[in-house]
Amino acid sequence: MADMTAPRTAAARSLSLPRVNGSAIVMVVYLLFLLLPIYWLLNMSLKTNTEILGTFSLWPRDLTLANYATILSDPSWYMGYVNSLIYVVINTTISITVALPAAYAFSRYTFLGDKHLFFWLLTNRMAPPAVFALPFFQLYSSVGLFDTHIAVALAHCLFNVPLAVWILEGFMRGVPKEIDETAYIDGYSFPRFFVKIFMPLIASGIGVAAFFCFMFSWVELLLSRTLTSVDAKPIAATMTRTVGASGVDWGVLAAAGVLTIIPGALVIYFVRNYIAKGFALGRV
Amino acid sequence: MEKTVNQKAWFLVLPVLVLVAFSAVIPLMTVVNYSVQDSFGQNNFFWAGLIWFEELLNSERMWDALGRQLAFSAIILAIEVPLGIFVALNMPKKGFWASVCLVLMSLPLLIPWNVVGTIWQVFARVDIGLLGYTLDKIGVDYNYTQDFFAAWATIIVMDVWHWTSLVALLAYAGLQSIPNAYYQAAKIDQASRWAVFRYIEFPKMLGVLMIAILLRFMDSFMIYTEPFVVTGGGPGNATTLLSIDLVKMALGQFDLGNAAAFSIMYFLVILAISWVFYTVMTNLDKRDAG
Repeated sequence: MADMTAPRTAAARSLSLPRVNGSAIVMVVYLLFLLLPIYWLLNMSLKTNTEILGTFSLWPRDLTLANYATILSDPSWYMGYVNSLIYVVINTTISITVALPAAYAFSRYTFLGDKHLFFWLLTNRMAPPAVFALPFFQLYSSVGLFDTHIAVALAHCLFNVPLAVWILEGFMRGVPKEIDETAYIDGYSFPRFFVKIFMPLIASGIGVAAFFCFMFSWVELLLSRTLTSVDAKPIAATMTRTVGASGVDWGVLAAAGVLTIIPGALVIYFVRNYIAKGFALGRV
Repeated sequence: MEKTVNQKAWFLVLPVLVLVAFSAVIPLMTVVNYSVQDSFGQNNFFWAGLIWFEELLNSERMWDALGRQLAFSAIILAIEVPLGIFVALNMPKKGFWASVCLVLMSLPLLIPWNVVGTIWQVFARVDIGLLGYTLDKIGVDYNYTQDFFAAWATIIVMDVWHWTSLVALLAYAGLQSIPNAYYQAAKIDQASRWAVFRYIEFPKMLGVLMIAILLRFMDSFMIYTEPFVVTGGGPGNATTLLSIDLVKMALGQFDLGNAAAFSIMYFLVILAISWVFYTVMTNLDKRDAG
């Protein structure tokens, strides 16, 4: 065995350099695959329609911001962004508020039916929005909430509340129980302990849960489109306007698309280390 | 952590229960209601028993859509899981480049789903899209609005583009939790690269991989917006997946009974398969804890 060791380690050493480079090549190719379609959208958004349809170029020959100007100067366009932001913020606030005490209960106590309840919450994350589109439409129409921001915010609670509960529970499990007990001995009441001591301890968890609620509400279209017509119409639905009688306004469509990517791109840096935990519903 | 028995904890769960009941149970009961009734307009409903379910089970349209859906989920899982693991193994372990990779890889995950559709619809167009144009120039007969194979290839590549990073990020998180001592021990034992993967990395990744598979299965099974934007379910019915078919039925044709029976079947299939994944997942959790 001993005589085999030497050549093998030598081989491993000589192989170690190309292997590192191999990883780099894999990553570059993969990232290129991810970024190319996004680049193409950006590229298109900076061109005029004549250039898009006339010449095939890898970068804009005569750079124009006219497409962005069209969107940012027309209320029927930019109100789409405002509407989306309003219902997303309402949804995130509701989801986190109700999920905090529930996640605490799941992480600290056992009670009758807790496991079933936990799984039932997850089943709502599995529910296809297509199944709920029609009943939601009828439910919110009958209570007079159709085409309001609150209707979309409540509908999105269907998948965001379970998500928030799961993520927060994952973070709360990491906080030792002795902290609770010490606080109670020191005479803290439950609400005061929860707000003054416990919430600062899981601040990063709350941030991550809020980010994910924000994100899933922002990317969803089927429900938000079904529940709105004019006043609360989300940007994603507004984008279909670019298809007109004279064909598709590609430049404006691309610019609108680029603008929807920006909110996610802005905050992603702050949650980069938690993004796997969030997607894993707090289970990593 | 040892948990205490406390029935009063129900009060803390109550807000969630009320809210989710409002947004899940009421609509679900509406669906159940429709599935056993027939309507001749003007909100007159009649008890119809199980005819919608019988019709559903005999309808070729539903079986075709279910077949396409299962094929779609199976294909994207078969591509995304190995590819995601492969990418995770090649990611930088720490430092500046690790952050760059994490941020860039997360980007597709945060794009609104209809914009994902738009991006690929444009990207794959033969006249103005980079991909379509290139394929056309090198002589591939590619047209995703006419050709069955091209349409499928486009929506599959789109889904791989959109979601492989999720699998990679979760696998990466699993890899990060492996203590360095394991690798050192493997080195001392002269373990091959394959052996390190098989006996150290893979078992540690298994827990998160189950989550990744569960999520990817659920989400691919209810996919609607992206393929709808790109192909609109065509050519013909080639890419009409379950959700697209259901929305067509419920909101397009207003076939309430049919659509409701369809919805219930749809939900039950997801629930059954996800329950299997979930059970495996929690068992793995317990094994790791114990």
